[in-house]
Amino acid sequence: INKTIIVHQLVFCAVPLPAAGGDHHPISKNPFEVKINRKKFDVLGRKSKHDVGLPGVSRSRAIQKRKDTLLKEFRLKDKNNTFIDRRFGEYDSKLTPEEKILQRFTLERQRTQDRKDMYNLNEEEELTHYGQSLAEMEKMTDVIDSDSDSEEKGLLSAELTATHFGGGGGLLRKKSAGDDEEEEHKPRSRQELIEELIIKSKQEKRERQTQKEEAQELTEKLDQEWKSIQNLLAHKTPKAERTDETDKPKLDQYDMMVRELGFEMKAQPSEKLKSAEELAREERQRLQTLEADRLKRMMGDAEEDAVQTNTHISADDMNDGFILDGDDRKTLAYKDGKWNIEGEEEEKEDEDGDEEGGEEEEEEDDEDDAEGEEDDEEGEDDDEDDADEDHCDLQSDEGSEDEDGQGAEEEQVCAEEPPAVSEEQKKAAQEAAKAELPYTFPAPESYSDLKQLLQGHGSEQQRLILDRTLKCNHPSLSAGNKAKLQKLFGFLLEYVGDLATQNPPDLRTVSALIPQICGLCQMFPEAACKAVQTLLSDSGHSMEETLEVKGRAPMPDLDMLVLLKITALLFPSSDFRHPVTTPAFLFLSQALTRCAVVSLEDVCKGLVLCCLALEYVSLSQRIFPELLNFLLGLLHLTVSDKHNMGYTVVSPFRRQGKSCDLLVLKDPNVSHSWNRKPISLQTAHRLPAQSPVERDHYRLSLIDSCLDLVKRCTWLYKDLPSYAHIFQPIRALLLKHLPDLHREILDAIPEKPSQHAPLVFKKKKPIPLKLFTPKIVLDYGKKRGNTKEEKERERLKHKYKREFKGALREIRKDTRFLAREKLSDVMSRDAERKRKVKELYGSLATQEGEWKALKRKNRK
Amino acid sequence: MAPSTDSNVKDENSQVSYKKDINTKTGRILQNKKHSNDIFDVIEYLQSEKDKEIIFATNACKRVFCQLFYRGDLYVGDLPQEEELMSGDRSAEEKYRIFMRHRYNNCVELLLENMGHEAFQVKEASLCALMKFVEAEGKHPLQNLDLIEHYIFPRELLRTLVEHLLSTEEDMSLLISRFQEFLEMDDVRYYVMSSVRDNIYRVMGRNKKAVIPVYQNNVYTLLSNINVPSQGSKIKHFLVKQAYRPEEWKAGKLKEHKRAFEQMWLLFLKFKLPSSMYKKILVILHESIMPQMSDPTLLIDFLSAAYDIGGAISLLALNGLFILIHKHNLDYPDFYKKLYSLLDPSIFHVKYRARFFHLVNIFLSSTHLPAYLVAAFVKRFARLSLTAPPTALLILLPFICNLIRRHPSCRVLIHRPSAAEEPCDDPYVMEEEDPAQCHALESSLWEIKTLQKHYHPDVAKAAMKINEPLTEQEEEISEVLELSTFELMERDLKAERKTIPLEFDTATELLKSPREVLGVHFSLE
Repeated sequence: INKTIIVHQLVFCAVPLPAAGGDHHPISKNPFEVKINRKKFDVLGRKSKHDVGLPGVSRSRAIQKRKDTLLKEFRLKDKNNTFIDRRFGEYDSKLTPEEKILQRFTLERQRTQDRKDMYNLNEEEELTHYGQSLAEMEKMTDVIDSDSDSEEKGLLSAELTATHFGGGGGLLRKKSAGDDEEEEHKPRSRQELIEELIIKSKQEKRERQTQKEEAQELTEKLDQEWKSIQNLLAHKTPKAERTDETDKPKLDQYDMMVRELGFEMKAQPSEKLKSAEELAREERQRLQTLEADRLKRMMGDAEEDAVQTNTHISADDMNDGFILDGDDRKTLAYKDGKWNIEGEEEEKEDEDGDEEGGEEEEEEDDEDDAEGEEDDEEGEDDDEDDADEDHCDLQSDEGSEDEDGQGAEEEQVCAEEPPAVSEEQKKAAQEAAKAELPYTFPAPESYSDLKQLLQGHGSEQQRLILDRTLKCNHPSLSAGNKAKLQKLFGFLLEYVGDLATQNPPDLRTVSALIPQICGLCQMFPEAACKAVQTLLSDSGHSMEETLEVKGRAPMPDLDMLVLLKITALLFPSSDFRHPVTTPAFLFLSQALTRCAVVSLEDVCKGLVLCCLALEYVSLSQRIFPELLNFLLGLLHLTVSDKHNMGYTVVSPFRRQGKSCDLLVLKDPNVSHSWNRKPISLQTAHRLPAQSPVERDHYRLSLIDSCLDLVKRCTWLYKDLPSYAHIFQPIRALLLKHLPDLHREILDAIPEKPSQHAPLVFKKKKPIPLKLFTPKIVLDYGKKRGNTKEEKERERLKHKYKREFKGALREIRKDTRFLAREKLSDVMSRDAERKRKVKELYGSLATQEGEWKALKRKNRK
Repeated sequence: MAPSTDSNVKDENSQVSYKKDINTKTGRILQNKKHSNDIFDVIEYLQSEKDKEIIFATNACKRVFCQLFYRGDLYVGDLPQEEELMSGDRSAEEKYRIFMRHRYNNCVELLLENMGHEAFQVKEASLCALMKFVEAEGKHPLQNLDLIEHYIFPRELLRTLVEHLLSTEEDMSLLISRFQEFLEMDDVRYYVMSSVRDNIYRVMGRNKKAVIPVYQNNVYTLLSNINVPSQGSKIKHFLVKQAYRPEEWKAGKLKEHKRAFEQMWLLFLKFKLPSSMYKKILVILHESIMPQMSDPTLLIDFLSAAYDIGGAISLLALNGLFILIHKHNLDYPDFYKKLYSLLDPSIFHVKYRARFFHLVNIFLSSTHLPAYLVAAFVKRFARLSLTAPPTALLILLPFICNLIRRHPSCRVLIHRPSAAEEPCDDPYVMEEEDPAQCHALESSLWEIKTLQKHYHPDVAKAAMKINEPLTEQEEEISEVLELSTFELMERDLKAERKTIPLEFDTATELLKSPREVLGVHFSLE
C-alpha cells in the first residue's frame, strides 16, 4: 500500500510538468525552477512562446556569459598585452584536464605522422614565413623543377617506409580496405612483398618522369608558337576584325534584328480586337461615367474629390499617330561605305529604299527632279514660303550635291515628297496641296514663329501644319516637347485672337483650328487652363480699369467673344465651380452690365454675349440675371415710345437717351421683304455700309435672335420658383409694344405667378440615440500602414524600439554585474588583508609571549 | 528788324532780344527815374502774342513793382486822374509816384486779363504775380487809412482776382488747384471766402437763378479746395501780418472762418445746381463740408431737396441726412417709407452702391424697428436681387440674412411651418409704396430660393443658407461692400486646383457643340 502511495504522489507531482516540454535538462523538470506566465485571456489561434520560463536557468546562463566575456574584458582593462592561449581545449570547460592532455598528445602525434618526410631529418622542422612554407615559396619561383627527380630519389613513399620500418600495421590496414586481389597474395613472404614494392615504386617514378617531360615539351612548343605569332597579333587585330565584319553581310543581319524586334513589339496585342458593338458599348459607358461625373460637379457636392479620369482617346488621328512603330525608328544604313545620316523625313520615305540599295535612291532622286519641275509651275510661291522652314528641317542631302546646283533649293523641297505619292500623280488637288507642305515642323518658340509658320496658308493647310507640328513634337518623342507644346497653346490662342480682330475677321480658320486647340487642351489641361485664365484676367483687368477711368467700357472685341466661345468648348461650363468657366461667367456678367451699347455693332456683340451666356447655363439651368436684364434692354431698344413703361431697364441701358432707339425700324413695312437667316459674326466687328433697307433687315435679324433667346430662356427657367417675377418686365414690354410678335413667349410667361409652398427649413436629421452595440470598424487596421512603404516603416520602427529597450536592459544588467564583481573583488582583498593582519598579530603575539616567557624565566 | 531767310536765326535773335530788352529796361527803371518811361515798353510785352514773352514780362513787372512798393515809390491814397497830373502843382517826386501808380494799375488790369489767357503757364505766372502784389499791398497799403482803426488787407485786389478766377466761360480748375497753395494762408482764405460769397450772389443774381455749369463747376472746385482748420490755435499762418491788435482780427478767429465757410456754401447750394454737381457735392458733403460748418442743420433744406430728386442723388443725400438725424437730432418724417421707395433695380448698378448699403445697414440695424417694416425691406431686396449682378448679390444675401437674424419675427419669411405644403400666391405687393401695406410678412423668400440656382458658386452658397436655421453670429458685410467683379474673378483665377475638368465632347468646329446657341443665330461668314 505504501509503495503505491508513493507512486501516486509521483504521478501527482508530474502533472504540471509536461508544460516544461521536451527539454531533457533535469533542471527544467524541477517545478521550483519553472515559472508559468499567467495569461489573462485565452486567445484562440494564438501561439504563445513565453507561457513558461526558467528564470533561474536563464539568469545563471546570462551570468556565465558575462563572466566569459564582460568580466574578461574588465580584467584586461588598461592592460596592453594580451595572452591568447591557442592550445587545444584551453578554454573548453567541458573537458577534464586529463582528457585535455590526452587530446593534445594525440594531435601532436597526428601532426608528426601526417608528414611525408618523417624520416628526412634535414627537414624535420618546416620553416615558414608568414604562415607559408618557405620551401613552397621556393618552388613557386622555380618554373620547372626538372631535377626534382633527384630529390625524390632520396625520398621514399609513405607506404614504402611504413612497410620497411615496422609500420606495417598501417599498411596492412590499408590493404584490408583495398581490393580482394591482394588478399590472395597475402601468404607471400615479407621479402617478396618488399621487392614487389620496390619495383612498383620505381615504375611509378619512371612514369611520372616521362609524363613530366612530355608536359614540358608541350609547353615549350606552345611558347615557341605563341612567340612566333605574338607580334603579328599585336598590330593586326582591328584589321582582322574589320575584315571579318566586311566579309559577312552583317548590316542586313542587324537591320533584320531591329525589324524583328520592332515586329515583336507590334505583335503583342494585349487584348483581342473588339467588335464594333463592343466598342460602341464601351464608348457609351465611358460617356455615361463622364456625364455622371459632370452632373456631380454641377451639383458642387463632390467638388473637391472630383478626379480627372477622362484621358481623352479620340477617334481621329490626333493621338494614334504617336504609337511607336517601326517607321519612326532610325535604321542604321551604309551608303558608299559611309554611315548615312539623313533627316527624319528622308528616313520615313526611304524606309524600303535602304534595303534596295544606293542605285534605287539615285533613281528616286531623278524621279523627284521630274516631280519638282512639275511642282515648280504649280506653286512656286508656296515653295518659297516654305523655304525658310525647310532649311532647318532638311539635312543636306549628300547624294544630290553632284546634281545640278541650279535647282538645289527646289529639289530639297521636292525631295521630301514620298515616293508613294509621287507615283500616284492622279490624286485629288487636296492631296497635292497636302504634299506641298513639309512633314515636320519645329515647335514655335515664340508667337511670331507661329505666325510665320501659319500665315499665307489656307485654313485647311493651317490645320494640317498645326497637326503635323503636334505630331512631330509629341511629348513622348522628346523631353522638351511638353514645354514647347504647352507654350504653343498660349500662342495659338493669341493667334486665334489675332485672326478674329483682323479686318475682315478670319473666322473660318479659327473654326478649322478648333480640333487642334481641343487636342492640345486635352493633352495639357493645366497649361490650357493657365493660358485661358491669363487672357480672361488681362481682359477683365483692362475692362475694370477703363470702367474706373471712364465709367463705361466698350463692348469686348470679337477676339474675346471667340475666346469665350472656345472656353465653352474646352471646359465644362456646367460645373458648380471651375477655375476657368467661373471667371468666364463673371467676365460675361461684367460685359453685359457695364459695357455701353451705342451702335448696332454693340447690339450684335451683346447678342453674341447673350448667346454665349445662354450656352453656358443651358445644361446646368442656372439663373443668369444679367442675361435677362440685357435681353430686356435690347427689347427696350426696339420700342419707339418710351413712356408709360411697365418695367425698368438697368445698366447698361437707359430709359431714354441718344442711343435708345437703335433697333427701332426706320420703315415699318420693311419686314415684308425680310427673311430669316443667320447673322454674320463679322458684322460684330464692323458693320459694312448698308442702305437703310439693309440696316432695317439687319435690325430685324437682331430682334428675331433676341426674341428667340428670350424664348429659350423662358423654356430654360420655367421651373424656377420666381419664374413669373423674372420674366414679368419682359412680358410687360412685349404685351404693350409687340403683342403680335412671338405669341408663344407671351403664352409661356404666365400672367399670374404660379403658386408655391411657403419656405421651411430643411428637416434636420434627428440625432440618433447613443447605442451600446460595439462599433464595428470595417476597415480595421487600414488606418496606418496603408502602403507597403508605410508598413515597412512601421515594422522597422517597432523593431528599433524593441531593440533599443533590450539594449538598455542589457547595459543595465552589465553594469550591475560589474558592480557586483568589483564589490566582490574589494571584499576578497579586504578579507585577505584581514587575514594577513591577523597572521601578523598572531606571530607578534607569540613573539611577545615568547619574549615575556623568556623574561619571566630569566627573572626567575 | 530785317527779314531773315533763316527763321531759326530770327527766332533765336528775337528770343535773346526780348529778354535782353526787358532786362535792360527793368534795370534802367529801377536805377534811374529818368528812364521810367521804359515801363510802358515792359507793360506792352504783357500783351504780346508770344507766351514766353508774356511770362518773362510778367516776372519783370513783378520784380519792378515789388521793388517800387518796397521803396515807397507808388502813390498812396486816392489816385488823381492821369490827365490832371500835369495841371496840379505837385512836386516831381509826387508826379513820378502818381505816374508809377497808374502804371501799376495798368499792369494789374493786364494781369487779370491774362488770367483768362489760353496758355496755362501765362495764367499761372499772372496769378503768382498778382498774389505777390496782394502780399506787397498788404505790407505797403496803397489806401490812405488810419492804421489804428483798420486792418490792412488788399480786399479789392483779391476780390477782382477771385472774380476772374471764377470765370463763367472757362473751366479754371487747373488754375484753381494752383491757387490752393495760397489758400493755405489763413487771411487769404478768409478774404477769398467772403469774396466768393459776394461773387456768387452777384453772378447768380444776374443770371436769374438759372444753371451756369461752367461757373458753378469753377466755384465748386474752389470751394472744395477750401478747408477750415480744425482748431483755432492753428490759425497763425498769414500772408499779411497785422501790427495792430491781431487777436481781434476777424481773419484770425476760427468762429469767423466757420461762419464765412458756412455762408459761402449755403449761398452756393441755395441756387439750382446741375445734377452732376449734386452728386459731386453730396459725395464730399458729409466728410469735408458738414464738419467745418458751425451749424450743419442749415443744410437740411438742401438735403431734403436732394433726397426728393430721386435716383442716385437721393442715395447720396442719405448720407448727409443720416448725420443730421444721428448727430443733430433731426426728425425726418416718413424716413423709412422714403427709403423703401428708393429701392429699385438701379441701386445695384450705381457707383455709390457700397456707400448706400453701408448706410442702409446702419439704418436697419436698430432692433426696435417694427417687424412689418423689416420684412418689407427684406422682401423688396429679395425681389430686386433677381436682377442684381453677383457682386451686389454677395452683399445683399448676407445682408438679408443679417436682417432676419436681428428680427426673429421675420423668420417666417424663410420658415413657415404652419402653412407648409400649401401652395399659395405671393401675397407681397411690389407696387405698394407703403411698407405697412405690402403684406411682406405673409410672404416667403422664394426669390432667394431661385438664387440658389445662380451661376456663381459663392452666390449660390450664400443663398443656400436659408435652407437651414441661421446661425446666431451675424455675417460681416463691410468687407464685401467694395468688392469689384474683377476681384471676384481673381479669387477663382488665383485659387490652386489640383485637377482641371475638361469638356469631354471634343469640338470639331467653332460653332458646333452639343448645346449650340450661338451657331443657331450667327454664321462665320
